[in-house]
Amino acid sequence: MERFESLYNALKHLDGYIFPNEIALNWDLLIVMYPYITGLVAGAFILASLNRVFKIKALQPTYTLSLLTALSFMLVATMPLITHLGKPERFYEMLITPHLTSAMAIFGFVYLWYLMVVLLLEIWFDYRYDMVIWSHEKKGLMRFVYKALTLWVSDTSEKSRKTDDKLGYFITVVGIPSAFLLHGYVGFIFGSIKANPWWSTVMMPVIFLFSAMVSGIALVLFIYMVISYLRKQKTDILCLDTITKFLFYILIIDFTLESLDQIHRIYVADESFDILQILVRGKLFVTFFILQIGIGTLLPLGVLGYLQFKKPKEKVRKVIYFLISICVLVGIFFMRWNVVIGGQLFSKSFYGFTSYKVDLIGGRDVILSLTWFIVPFIILTFLLWLLPPWKKHHDSIIEN
Amino acid sequence: MGIKKEKKENVSRRDFFLKSGAIAGGVVFVSLLDPLKAVFAVKEPKDKRKKWYGIGIDIEKCIGCASCARACKKENDVPKEPFFFRNWVEQYTITNEGDIKVISPNGGIDGYKQTVPEANIYKTFFVPKMCNHCAKSPCTQVCPVGASFESEEGLALVDQSYCIGCGYCVQACPYGCRYIHPDKGVVDKCTLCYHRLKKGLDPACMMVCPTGARMYGDLHDKDSKLSKFIKDNNCVVLKPQLNTGAKLYYNALSQEVH
Repeated sequence: MERFESLYNALKHLDGYIFPNEIALNWDLLIVMYPYITGLVAGAFILASLNRVFKIKALQPTYTLSLLTALSFMLVATMPLITHLGKPERFYEMLITPHLTSAMAIFGFVYLWYLMVVLLLEIWFDYRYDMVIWSHEKKGLMRFVYKALTLWVSDTSEKSRKTDDKLGYFITVVGIPSAFLLHGYVGFIFGSIKANPWWSTVMMPVIFLFSAMVSGIALVLFIYMVISYLRKQKTDILCLDTITKFLFYILIIDFTLESLDQIHRIYVADESFDILQILVRGKLFVTFFILQIGIGTLLPLGVLGYLQFKKPKEKVRKVIYFLISICVLVGIFFMRWNVVIGGQLFSKSFYGFTSYKVDLIGGRDVILSLTWFIVPFIILTFLLWLLPPWKKHHDSIIEN
Repeated sequence: MGIKKEKKENVSRRDFFLKSGAIAGGVVFVSLLDPLKAVFAVKEPKDKRKKWYGIGIDIEKCIGCASCARACKKENDVPKEPFFFRNWVEQYTITNEGDIKVISPNGGIDGYKQTVPEANIYKTFFVPKMCNHCAKSPCTQVCPVGASFESEEGLALVDQSYCIGCGYCVQACPYGCRYIHPDKGVVDKCTLCYHRLKKGLDPACMMVCPTGARMYGDLHDKDSKLSKFIKDNNCVVLKPQLNTGAKLYYNALSQEVH
């Protein structure tokens, strides 16, 4: 009885009729974290590529940081999924015997492609020259570590650096569609479930993609400001202005796409409309209207829009940017929440709802979710110590 | 002589590589194409002599005793808590004002208490639910490892020794027929009592039904009881718009039922 306490509680709070197997919410907070973290990866990478491929020079201070952020989150991106499995020890079956008609099975390969071919290679080419220099400067174990990281390639000639740059550029170009693929695919995992009208929309991959960009850019903005503060360095205001300008533009696209999706739902008003309307106005009211749309979208849009015309003092702007980055990160988290949890709150009988309460203390899903959100920051700290972007030798040749 | 022989060997080695490469490539190509069939095509066997199971439920005969749900829990080791069911019975009540009320206390096992005053009832009826054993089952389509599969008799089954418990199939089933087994950590669902069918026995739910409201049979056999039931009653399936190829046929199904 104790094991099922939360389910018996849910049973007491059912509204209307729900299929008996639907009382238990199978995809909990961990599955909210999964698209959230993957989105942060894709978004951070897109920000890096704005600098590298689209040659937006103002973003240079955050280029390497974006890549390292993307890598830190990428390394744990599958962990929420794996720890959520009923049989986590069997997860490798997905890679060795994938069922090719399953969107989830293919995700494993998209993930590996992105991690191995795109992120690791790009960072390697970006740091190779510096790692060679560091391996000369350091002594003992660190010398060996850096040597190992260079894969014992010690060429520092101008020609080799140009090759690094060319290959790095090429990988970034390949990386942009890959990042699109990565997060578009996560959207497809949900969008392709025809049984669930809240998920089943062709817009889902595109919406996921743009919300990913928004969240990734906000994350890098946040991390850049925190790190500069910790290092007692001045943040580059031109860089901040540029990042937030892009954040503003992409947020507009994201909001437009999501509105289009909702307007289409409302106007078409198919058989699922009644139940979804009650869902959004009732159980999702706070997370949808207030957190996702209000704090996460309209507030940042309003403030950033205002800042495109009126520029207050640098100090004020920095505080605003910092707060906006948090608002956007919170907003996108609740966007994922509304998709994943919202999609399971209503019955596929269209006659009722179940409820979901996060057990803030002692809930397995909460502890694991928090862990998978904190671990990337620890990895990032380690990476920043191992490969400090501020100690990189500036690429005078490349910039010429 | 030596040179000639060597040349010949070289050629044949190259031939060997070319041929094995072509074969390997061909196998890879076909294996890439083959799984896609599941996306497009009904997997009904071409050989019409083989059995192709379907299920029929005569709604007018169902008295809502839920013996089927009880028997199923017993036969298939389904947890007794009211959150896990391979089959259950719903009671629909439509009032004179057109309100729709649906209940299924503990899947019907706990009995039904009609709260709508009799004078206000427009109509009321029971709807037994179970796996539809769809021909184009969305649940087996999404399984990332292929642990959920369709048997050649047209039954959607799960290899529990292989299932990773991701719950994707639970989300994909439009009928709410799957659940994650709380002790096993893997998915569980109706198998139409496959273990009994193989021994020539009827599924537990069908065997215990006191009014004979449930039936199963071979859809290829046009003389079977099920085929006749479908023909005579203008049967329908649940959520036909989703094109799942559901093979659970109801007669006299009200449009309110989803």
